[in-house]
This record gives sequence, C-alpha cells and structure tokens, in this order.
Amino acid sequence: MDMFVLQMFNGLSISSILLLIALGLAVTFGLMNVINMAHGELIMIGAYATYVTQNLFMSYAPAAWFGAYFVVALPIAFIVAALIGWLLEVVLIRHLYGRPLDSLLATWGVGMMLQQLARTIFGAPNVGVSSPAWLNGGLAISDGIIFPYKRIFIIALVAVVLLCMYLYIYRTSSGRRMRAVMQNRSMAGCLGISTRRVDGMTFAIGSGIAGIAGCALTLIGPIGPSLGTYYIVDAFMVVVLGGVGKLVGTVCGALGIGMFNTLFETYTSASIGKVLVFVCIVAFLQWKPRGLVAMRTRSLD
Amino acid sequence: MSALLKTGSLKMRIIWAVVLIMMCLAPLISTEFRLSLLAKFLALAILAIGLDLIWGYGGVLSLGHGVFFGLGGYAMAMYLKLQASGTTLPDFMGWSGLSGLPWFWEPFRSFPVALLLGIALPALLAFALGWFTFRNRITGVYFTILTQALVLITVTLFVGKQEWTGGTNGITGYNSIFGFTLHSAGTTIVLYYITLAVLVIAYVLCRRMVNSRFGQVLEAARDGENRVRFLGYDPAGYKTLAFAFSGALAGIAGMLFVLQVGIISPSMMGIVPSIEMVLWVALGGRGTLIGAVIGAVVLNAAKTGISEAYPEGWLFVIGGLFVTVVLFMPNGIVGVYRHVVRLLKRRGESAHVQVTREKPKVY
Repeated sequence: MDMFVLQMFNGLSISSILLLIALGLAVTFGLMNVINMAHGELIMIGAYATYVTQNLFMSYAPAAWFGAYFVVALPIAFIVAALIGWLLEVVLIRHLYGRPLDSLLATWGVGMMLQQLARTIFGAPNVGVSSPAWLNGGLAISDGIIFPYKRIFIIALVAVVLLCMYLYIYRTSSGRRMRAVMQNRSMAGCLGISTRRVDGMTFAIGSGIAGIAGCALTLIGPIGPSLGTYYIVDAFMVVVLGGVGKLVGTVCGALGIGMFNTLFETYTSASIGKVLVFVCIVAFLQWKPRGLVAMRTRSLD
Repeated sequence: MSALLKTGSLKMRIIWAVVLIMMCLAPLISTEFRLSLLAKFLALAILAIGLDLIWGYGGVLSLGHGVFFGLGGYAMAMYLKLQASGTTLPDFMGWSGLSGLPWFWEPFRSFPVALLLGIALPALLAFALGWFTFRNRITGVYFTILTQALVLITVTLFVGKQEWTGGTNGITGYNSIFGFTLHSAGTTIVLYYITLAVLVIAYVLCRRMVNSRFGQVLEAARDGENRVRFLGYDPAGYKTLAFAFSGALAGIAGMLFVLQVGIISPSMMGIVPSIEMVLWVALGGRGTLIGAVIGAVVLNAAKTGISEAYPEGWLFVIGGLFVTVVLFMPNGIVGVYRHVVRLLKRRGESAHVQVTREKPKVY
C-alpha cells in the first residue's frame, strides 16, 4: 500500500513537471501552430535566471533574506524568458507563420545557438542551485511515506500557473482575443483584433511559462546548458496526446504520460517503460488521431 | 549508370560523366585519410537521398532517420563483433554478466543475413510507423514529433540494454572484415568504390522513382493530400512505401558508415544527429535529390574542418545555418543555383523582362 501511494505521488510529481513544460508549448503550438524547439532553451534561460538571482542574493542581500530568493526568482525567470521569447517572435517566428516544419528547423537552430551561448557565459559544467531552507525536508504521511516539500511545492506551483492561465484565457478580454485568433485568424483580424500583437503576446506568455518551468527544475537537480533538451520531446508528446487548443487536453495528456510512465517503469525497467509509453501513445492515436481533446473544426486541409 | 546518363540535356550528361570519372579517380590523387573521409561523407549522402525522397517529394519531415541509420550500423557492427570475438562472447556482454549469446544475436553470424537484416529491420520499422500513422491521417508536425519520440526511446533502449548493445559505448573493438584489416590502404580504396557504387545506384533508383507514376502521386499528396484522396488514390500507402524505402537507404548508409569508422554508438543515432541529417537536405535543396548529396558532403566536410579548428564554433555555425536556410534559401544550394541560372538566361534574352522570384514551396 505504501509503495502504491508513493508511486502515485511520484507519478503526479512527474506529471506536474511535464505539464508545466507542456503548457508553454501548448500555448505556442495550439495558438500559432509554431513548433518551438527552442522551448527547451527558454527553460534553460529560466533556470539560469534563478541561478543568477541566487548568486545576487548571496553577494548583496543579508544572509537572513537568502530563503526568499526563490520567490523573487520566479517572476524574474518569467520576465526574462518572456522577453527573449518576445524578441524571438519579432525577429524570427513572425516570418514563419503557416510553415510549422520550417519553424521547427529555424527554432532548433536558435536553440543550438542559445545553448552554445549559455556554455560560453556560464561554462559547460552543470551549476548547482541550493534550494531555500524552507523547502528541505518532507511531509510525513505515515512511517513509510514521506512527500518531499519540493515536489509538493512544484505541484502547487503548477496548479497556480494553471489557474492563472485558465483565468487569463477564459476570463479576460485579452484572453478572449487570443482564443478568437486561434479559432479563426482572418475573421478575428476582420473584427479589428491586431493578430500581430496577439501573436507576440501569446508567444511571450508561452515563453514565460517555460521560464517558470526552468525555475522549478532548479529544485530537482543541477542545471546545465542542455537542461531543456531532456524534457522537450516528452513535452511535445503531451501536446500531441492531449490534442491542440484546449488546456484540459494538455492536463490530461500530462497526467496520462506521467502516470503511465511511473507505472511501467516500476514493473519493467526505465528503458522498456519508455518504449511501452510510446507504443501506447501510437496505439491511442489510432483511436483518436487528433488527440484526447481536439478543437472541433470543419476545415479540411 | 546508363539511366543516370540518359537524364537531362547533353550538357548535363557531360557534366555527370565528368563528375563520375573524377570521383572514380579520387583514390589516385588523395591520401588514404582523406579518401576514407570522403567515403564516409558519401555513405551519409545515401541516407540524405532517402531523406530527400520522403521529405522533399513526400512532404513528410522525419526526424527519426538516426534510428534507421543506427539499426543498419548496429547490424553490421554485430556481424563484425561476432567475427572478431570468434567463439568467445563479445567482451561487453561478459562485463555485463551475460553467460550466453542472446538469441537475436545468432543470425548476425552470417554476413548475408546481417546484410539483409541491416536493410530489412529499418525498413520494417519505418513501414510499421508509417502504416500506423499515415493511415490515420496523422501528418505534418504530428508525425515529425512522433519520429522524434521514436529516436528518444530507441536511444534510451540501446543505452539501457547495455548487456545486449554495449550501452553508451556502443559496439567497438573490431577491425577486420573477411580477413582484411578495415584501415589498410587497400580496404579503404575498395570500400570507397563500394560506397560510390551504392550511392550511384541509390541515386538512379530514386531518380527513376520520382519520375515514375509513384513519384508523381507522392508529390501530389505532398501538395494536396485530400485532392489526391478524392481522385481515388490512397496517399497513405504511397507515403508508407516511400518512408520504408527511405528507412532502408538509411540502414544501408549505416552499414557502410560502420565499415568506414569502425564504431557505432547511440550518440550517432540521437536527436541531434537526426536533425542534422535534415539540415543536409535543407541546405542542399530539398526535392532535388542531387541537393541532398551536395548538402551531405558539403556540411560534413565543413563540420570536419570547422570543429577541428574551433570546436565551440560549430554549434553557432549549424544553428545559424538552420535559420538562414529556412528564411533565405528555402530551396537550398540547388535552388540558389537554379535561380542564378534563370536570372542569367533572362538577362541574356531581354534586359527588360522582370524576373519573378521562384515562389518557395510551402509544406
């Protein structure tokens, strides 16, 4: 029983990280049909922003304040990643709308350059971020079960981000414009929405979430220039499985992949578990080729 | 060879003949090291032709060709390793605590079977993936992401099953085939000619294929899949076959590659090499076949040169190339060449004619 509860928690923990990474992708991929392969590098930027914030706190702030750095790092990571994402959209992505495969190649190139840039600035070896003291330790449910605070914090963080996204997309006028552009770009344009501005905004938000994901990943392990590439393919699988265009699809996709991954890895091995997850995804797509929750559309090509 | 010379104008035929003769004479003038490098590039060009067939003509971008390449490479490496080990178990199996040869290693004792499996395994895997995805009309970016996931799980599997595959180190420690040392001067030259011959055959086959009805349906499916379906064709079948053939070519490339470099490891079939392969085709010019060959040779030569001189610079160069090619040269080197030729011709005919830019193909 203990084992089972612990595994459920692990699965949930993996799902939450996948979700956090896939959320940003779902926004850019769903809305703009742009495959942003540099998403992993935006995560890396968020992680390094946290690292820099930590170092600034160490050098300039009183020692007692150190625990607070992580709270400050979260918005900083969001803003830095969002700004770089916005810049990327203005300079490059803007010219690639309607060419998803080309956007994939071009952003991959950008990702490579960003990685090399990080390697030049911070050095190739991984750097460690020491998590604040209030996140050490864990919540003991019973003798055998301890939930680490870090993991709980990440799950809570994802829930908050998700809630904010939901409120933004479904409850604000800016979010409504975003949905309008997603559903019918030209019609939205006719009705006076500046699709150009919405695109830039959306891409910045998606990138900002990647920054937050990077910030959260610093709690789990050391960070390095290729941090993002480990997660990016899994995150894309979440988007494909969940279906494009609806938040609930992304949530279900992340939960499905995270849980099944943990389950399979427990009963087989890590490598076989990954193969099984992939086979399940391909099998699932036989049944629902457009993913779990797809936007209804009558368009053909 | 004759089919190759039959295509195009007299001028093109002469150019082809000259290039081929020069390639055949290469062993006479180049050092053994350079020849072996060239042979390696030509082996990779075989893969690029296959990738161009499915991407340039089929409109399906595969980021999974590293897997097919790797399967071919491993098939050849397994044969060579078994020959090198003789009756004893391959060394890495012993280290991982295996006492007997796994059953699926047995067939690789025979060269013809290993050769066949090196082609058939990647072709079958590609066929299976294509069958399950194209039939459900999973196309475009969805398919691309699936192929990328295929790479990820294959690499994880090969690293994880260390006792069967040698783990991260891959399969190493063999240096002879049929009793000839792989790195001797004679073997290098023979391998070079074999690679060149296979490349020419692969090119001619693919050229025939794209000029045939098969190729025309494939191209039509790329430009308007639904229209092709309405006309009564099954685009999924055509795409699946093209993808399987492309996988087979990648397998052959992998086998030849192993013979040139004497090692195969999961890092050669990972996500980064797979996407680099796509860049060869993109830089050379997709949908032209010859562009794939040019791209593979040029980029690999550049990689060898640049990463020797500035190891850090290579990632900037290749990253920049991705952006530049996509934004400014959608039809690659061949596209630029054709554009210039057309420009010169028009200028010759009439200075007043407005030159319209070739519209980039949109997939």
